[in-house]
Amino acid sequence: MAKSPETEHPQKAIGWAARDNTGTFSPFHFSRRETGADDVTIKILFCGICHSDLHCARNEWGVTNYPIVPGHEIVGTVTKVGNNVSKFKEGDKVGVGVLVASCQKCESCQQGLENYCPNMILTYNSIDRDGTKTYGGYSDLIVVDQHYVLRFPDNMPLDAGAPLLCAGITVYSPMKYYGMTEPGKHLGVAGLGGLGHVAVKIGKAFGLKVTVISTSPKKESEAISKLGADAFLVSSDPAKVKAAMGTMDYIIDTVSAVHSLAPLLGLLKVNGKLVTVGLPEKPLEVPIFALVGARRLVGGSNIGGMKETQEMLDFCAKHNIAADIELVRMDQINTAIERLAKSDVKYRFVIDVGNSKLQ
Amino acid sequence: MGQAPEQEHPKNAFGWAAKDTSGVLSPFHFSRRATGEKDVTFKVTHCGICHSDLHMIKNEWGNTIYPIVPGHEIVGVVTEVGSKVSKFKVGDKVGVGCMVGSCHSCDSCAIDLENYCPKVIMTYANKYHDGTITYGGYSDIMVADEHFVVRIPEGTPLDATAPLLCAGITVYSPLRFYGLDKPGMHVGVVGLGGLGHVAVKFAKAMGVKVTVISTSPSKKSEAIERLGADSFLVSRDQDEMQAAMGTMDGIIDTVSAVHPLMPLIGLLKSQGKLVLVGAPEKPLELPAFSLLMGRKIVGGSMIGGMKETQEMIDFAAKHNIRADIEVIPADYVNTALERLAKADVRYRFVIDVANTMKSTP
Repeated sequence: MAKSPETEHPQKAIGWAARDNTGTFSPFHFSRRETGADDVTIKILFCGICHSDLHCARNEWGVTNYPIVPGHEIVGTVTKVGNNVSKFKEGDKVGVGVLVASCQKCESCQQGLENYCPNMILTYNSIDRDGTKTYGGYSDLIVVDQHYVLRFPDNMPLDAGAPLLCAGITVYSPMKYYGMTEPGKHLGVAGLGGLGHVAVKIGKAFGLKVTVISTSPKKESEAISKLGADAFLVSSDPAKVKAAMGTMDYIIDTVSAVHSLAPLLGLLKVNGKLVTVGLPEKPLEVPIFALVGARRLVGGSNIGGMKETQEMLDFCAKHNIAADIELVRMDQINTAIERLAKSDVKYRFVIDVGNSKLQ
Repeated sequence: MGQAPEQEHPKNAFGWAAKDTSGVLSPFHFSRRATGEKDVTFKVTHCGICHSDLHMIKNEWGNTIYPIVPGHEIVGVVTEVGSKVSKFKVGDKVGVGCMVGSCHSCDSCAIDLENYCPKVIMTYANKYHDGTITYGGYSDIMVADEHFVVRIPEGTPLDATAPLLCAGITVYSPLRFYGLDKPGMHVGVVGLGGLGHVAVKFAKAMGVKVTVISTSPSKKSEAIERLGADSFLVSRDQDEMQAAMGTMDGIIDTVSAVHPLMPLIGLLKSQGKLVLVGAPEKPLELPAFSLLMGRKIVGGSMIGGMKETQEMIDFAAKHNIRADIEVIPADYVNTALERLAKADVRYRFVIDVANTMKSTP
């Protein structure tokens, strides 16, 4: 590894990185590649803080390659485009999500499902085509192939729209794929955090009845009066859970802690579907009769492809859906991460990169 | 519970019942109801022995009512029909599977999924609408509501068709519902017993490429040469399993013992489906990560509704699909159940009721 992060590429960049598994962030000088023929160079204005950033910064999945610059809910302005780029021009407002490249040849890529490509390259902590490490959006600029850049709709606020690039697509994709879009049907959303609160808004926009399923009774009044949920179920209350059994058509499970699926499965009607989008590090327990006895299924889903991410952004803009956020400056990131670890945020932190001093 | 089994109904009936948790069966005199206006009465010619019968006679699921006359793969010839019966007449060849009643008013019944009705009445050891306990097909006659009776087409052998009434529908229903029935697809079948061997036959008839997944290498040549499977995977062989990863559109898992799901999920392609039809009594572990990375599904399925059971029987008749059976006399039933517990059968025992289950004078 002859070159250092600062010298491996021609464009200077600065971000905040975690250097070990304490996950503590500090300023980090590195570099970005030259704007290639298919590339778009973006000055970053905002970046959402996703729970995955926390998992990675602290090496909780055991795959972190330090130093790590997280951030995959990136919004900014185009400063330069390569010669082959026709979709974007200087000054456009754009977004970058969880992926920056994929093979473009496999069956998944051919179907617009770059997120299931076995060789996909993630926005941070991956190895790019040229052998260098990818660094994410907790930084001032990023260079991305145009295929993986999203157009930001005009009427979408840049800061509150940023979290849609991961949280939004992570719930929108399975809601479409698993058919959770029939008006009048009943959706349960387990977990009311970054993903959960967006799932409630998108569910309501699909015309669904939405029940939030949570262990925290104090989230109830916000869930109903601010987010628009129709009902709230405290999952630690056995009597309430029993009364709700067999009432839901679908459940999106956003909870990333290890938990048993048994109580959630019981809430589903016959033919009900539970989709898990959280990534607990240990397996979940499933009582099989809960599946067999009522033909229910448990499915997984992981972000979404590029085409449907654009579709999701346009859908949210049309329905005035954006995340509920708390803006922080880059030098406040360690405090924000600690509060996120305690679920102390309503419901996504977003770094105001454009207005932060990064040094 | 005023009346003895022999007196509670007007028709004399004879069968074999287990009287306690030892699960040992012995001759049993009881009675069947008079043929109601919607009922079909038939002389039982054969009854398949399902693994569920074994669980139930020993009260392994904790809900057995003794004395229990098992059997829910029942075939025979109609002897009497009620005044409002339109679908059947005397002399017809018919069958009854796992259910004999349901509520007819819930969401499941409304879409021909009586099997998911919360008030479904099972063919044996359940309470019927009249408050009496149902007795199954290890007996000489059956009386059932025509809604729960299927026609066995002419030219189809009764004995080898009987197991389709439970084993057959249990695998046919999910192959259709989960869309694992498209020509050219690749489907795995875990477990090569009563359910598994029929799953292979149905899937092949649907134009699907089939791989049998089993812990027993000795089953390989039969699976391929006799049942028509395209390939065979020994699940304990790490190299074979590794080479097969990401190759299957779906898997029908018939194994009822507790077993790890992760290796099976690994065999699925992206968007693949693992369908469980066996029901182990302990929860299984589901690695969420392997479902997410590939948008895969684990689903369950339990028998099938009456409409699709008839559809399955007709499909089987058209494609000459029948179970591979060992026909036994009634007095061999206890031995057969012991052999079944050791998986020593290819692949279903069927009791020759008409010729061997006779009431002792």
